[in-house]
Amino acid sequence: MPHKTFFAFILPSLIAMVLFIALPIVSVVVQSFHVEHQRVLVEVENCQPFGGCTTEVRVDTAAMAKIRAEQPMGMFNGLGTYFNRGHLAVAEVGAILSNNAGFGDAVSRIYNLPFYKALSFTLVFCFVVTPLAMVLGFTIALAVNAVPRAIKGPVIFFSLLPMIITPLIGSLILYWMIQSNGIIGATLQNIFDDPTLSLRQSPALTWGSLLFYGVWTNAPFSFVVFYAGLQTVPGDTLESAMIDGASRWERIRYVIIPHLAPLATFVALVQLMDNFRVFEPIVGFSAESNATSLSWLIFNDLSGDSQLFGSAGATSVITIIGVVILLSPVLVRTWREFNHKVV
Amino acid sequence: MKLMLKTTVSLGVLCLTAGAAFADCGIEGAGSVRILSNDFEALRLINTTAGECATDGLTVTANATAEHKNLQVPALSINPAEYTVAVVANNSIVPLLNDDLIRPLDDLVAKYGQDLQPNQLIKIDGKVMAIAFMGNAQHLFYRKDILDAAGVAAPTSYEDMLAAAKAIKDAGLMDYPLAASVKPGWDLAAEFVNSYLGTGAEFFAPGSAELAIDNENGLKVLEIMRAMTEYMDPDYLTFDANGILAEYEAGNTAMMNEWGSLAGNALDGEGAAEGVVENTVLAAAPTIGGGSIPAVALWWDGFTIAKNVSDEDAAASFQAMVHGISPEMVAANPAVATWLVAGYEPGPAAVGVIATATGGARAYPMQPYMGLLHTALSSELAEYMAGTEDAAQALADVKAAYDTAAKEGGYL
Repeated sequence: MPHKTFFAFILPSLIAMVLFIALPIVSVVVQSFHVEHQRVLVEVENCQPFGGCTTEVRVDTAAMAKIRAEQPMGMFNGLGTYFNRGHLAVAEVGAILSNNAGFGDAVSRIYNLPFYKALSFTLVFCFVVTPLAMVLGFTIALAVNAVPRAIKGPVIFFSLLPMIITPLIGSLILYWMIQSNGIIGATLQNIFDDPTLSLRQSPALTWGSLLFYGVWTNAPFSFVVFYAGLQTVPGDTLESAMIDGASRWERIRYVIIPHLAPLATFVALVQLMDNFRVFEPIVGFSAESNATSLSWLIFNDLSGDSQLFGSAGATSVITIIGVVILLSPVLVRTWREFNHKVV
Repeated sequence: MKLMLKTTVSLGVLCLTAGAAFADCGIEGAGSVRILSNDFEALRLINTTAGECATDGLTVTANATAEHKNLQVPALSINPAEYTVAVVANNSIVPLLNDDLIRPLDDLVAKYGQDLQPNQLIKIDGKVMAIAFMGNAQHLFYRKDILDAAGVAAPTSYEDMLAAAKAIKDAGLMDYPLAASVKPGWDLAAEFVNSYLGTGAEFFAPGSAELAIDNENGLKVLEIMRAMTEYMDPDYLTFDANGILAEYEAGNTAMMNEWGSLAGNALDGEGAAEGVVENTVLAAAPTIGGGSIPAVALWWDGFTIAKNVSDEDAAASFQAMVHGISPEMVAANPAVATWLVAGYEPGPAAVGVIATATGGARAYPMQPYMGLLHTALSSELAEYMAGTEDAAQALADVKAAYDTAAKEGGYL
């Protein structure tokens, strides 16, 4: 295809990508470099039904309107927001590293900073859920591939259910089941004979529930892709392997897995990216006290009585950088393979 | 589909015009009234009553949503504003004031506000900025039968509550006699604010945004908050206000601080276990640390009129809302809320809020940076309440988080 035709062909999607992906990201980056103007505060008399009149501080809106008209973006703060306590906390981490009572103390104090607390859970979620969900998805795909044709349809439908259910609803369902009067929670209390056992209270058990939910909800995606891949496994090779006396396990290990390896790379890529943005289960499980994620930090900055757009922007940019770092090994490999083929 | 749409629309118009036939709000001229409010029974009632003012030339629409706080600033910033009326409370009026999005109502009050009482007028810097119509507060709900069985008197302070809880637990009457809405997030922060107000101390250094809770009052409040958790269901960190009401109605808990606006639900007996409703007593919120005032924040709900709308729409909106909170509406619905409107006769569900207000409880602070403190409290106290952090560290974390946010918000 001539370059010109190719360009004309992709121009519409290129425009859409610039408008809906590139420009918003640029705007978030610019936003993250700014904070609110220094507020002009005045003391005024304030009367309300309870407590009568008192003198309270208010923002001088006329003065603020003037400042805003001059600099509508807010005050330029450079990378200040990135390095403050809510994000990378450079000063705090430095102080902890230079003055601590051993490794454990330093780790627990760094974990106490909101960004590192969120990052820890986000990374654990990524690296535990992604491989487990892929293994589970692959196992389901193998199993479904082996069931008789007559019941294949319903089995596939049920295997896909976790993906069909809205993530927030799915997490709420599991959350209600693990309550102390829910079916799983009550059973566990019964088995361990401990009426105070609560999956929602201890940090470790909350993490466990969230990871379990993550595997449950992510497995169907791997299953669908691997199941599609299984249909392309060459029958000849499998048959010759059988003639050579290969067991089922050996056929999987030496024929199917190598055949599906490129697909696995693709699934890992998508799943890592998805899991790095984990958010719904934290809200669904009301797990904020024990587990937070980068996306939850953004949500927290933008909800509530006062919104911090600069802070949310900085966390978003850090999230994007995190995704790029996570994907870089896979991207580099794909790039090398591509070059290799061209040569 | 199209037919259904048509039917729905014509039915809606029919309802509105039918309402107009009965009501006479006396609004002259054409215009548009668009109300944005939170979503609970009292506000829905006001919106419906204001809707009676619709005439051929005047449309009245209302959007009652729990997301109102996130909608109001962008919706009122545009010109003309998306909504002409924003229904607010102590905290949600602050963002509107900070961005200068609501108009002074003095002229409208003089012209159309004959039914309003002086204490309904929220005055800021001498100008009326909002009209309050109902009060609300968290206050004590307790089970008389359980307390009697344990042989303890009605609690009036947090210390009494802890002693009573111990007696109930020791007597084997209940495993978890206490409940509080301490779910990390808005609820947990509100619990701290409530108790801290009861100590009589201020949150900020006078006249500035400098935080001042890192003192013995703050430590005392945290100590009591954690002491209470010993008598709570182990899942306490996931309970919000609706969660503890359900626990209470199920008969699992004997004492809790719960919203006055939910007292009606608690007393209507729907979904309650046997013996809960008839033994429920509503009382003023408890005091803390030997203080004399109920340790709780008082709230008002009121309406404001957007700045970026025409004067005609503003006048029509004001009249429609005054009709919505009219003494007639209140006389017909005394049990729905603790009204601040003339001629209101408090019903049994309002006892707790009124006792709390007459006990001298303080209002939820309206400083422009209070929202930032609330957010800082909501995320930084969670670990302390879970028992994985000590009180001094929790207060230090709150201060650090607040300072970071206040610097970014331009207050420090």
